[in-house]
Amino acid sequence: MGAVRDSITRTLTEAFQPASLEVVDESHLHKGHAGWSEGGETHFRVRITAPAFAGMTRVAIHRAINDALKAELAGDVHALAIEAKAA
Amino acid sequence: MTDVQAWIAEEVKTNDMVLFMKGTPAMPMCGFSGQVVQILDYLKVPYKGINVLADDAVRQGIKEFSNWPTIPQLYVKGEFVGGCDIVREMFQAGELQDMLAEKGITAPQTA
Repeated sequence: MGAVRDSITRTLTEAFQPASLEVVDESHLHKGHAGWSEGGETHFRVRITAPAFAGMTRVAIHRAINDALKAELAGDVHALAIEAKAA
Repeated sequence: MTDVQAWIAEEVKTNDMVLFMKGTPAMPMCGFSGQVVQILDYLKVPYKGINVLADDAVRQGIKEFSNWPTIPQLYVKGEFVGGCDIVREMFQAGELQDMLAEKGITAPQTA
């Protein structure tokens, strides 16, 4: 349990050296919805603050995060909510 | 360019505001699509909803169109604005309203 969450945390930490990072498994909130499966780890919320995002548009920040997590998103992760800021 | 890419390009060019979503504005089939519908309906701005669940080619094609992996996707005057999180953040900050006003998209006057 928590392997995907650990992987997301590790990948984002390496990619952006965030000042703060929180990865929340919200799969239980989507029980029975599309993409949900037993055992969780399908729906995540990422709260990340990283100076690396300074000067980037929201779309650019989300693209950078999605790109970094390409492997995870190609797997069982169905949804990734992103709350990102530079500071 | 494949047919579906050309079709998407035409849709976002010929409509001021297009929301690619799961389900329809009247019946969203996904919570994230539903959130964007709620915001646009709250602002009372006109938009065209396109149900990607109705056509698998569009569902895949829209992800390639803007190199954006998720749905919903909002386009205003041909420009990709963002997905659910970005639209909500912009709405809460008042930036969405400013951007729509700047682009001349307003709620129709009621009599």
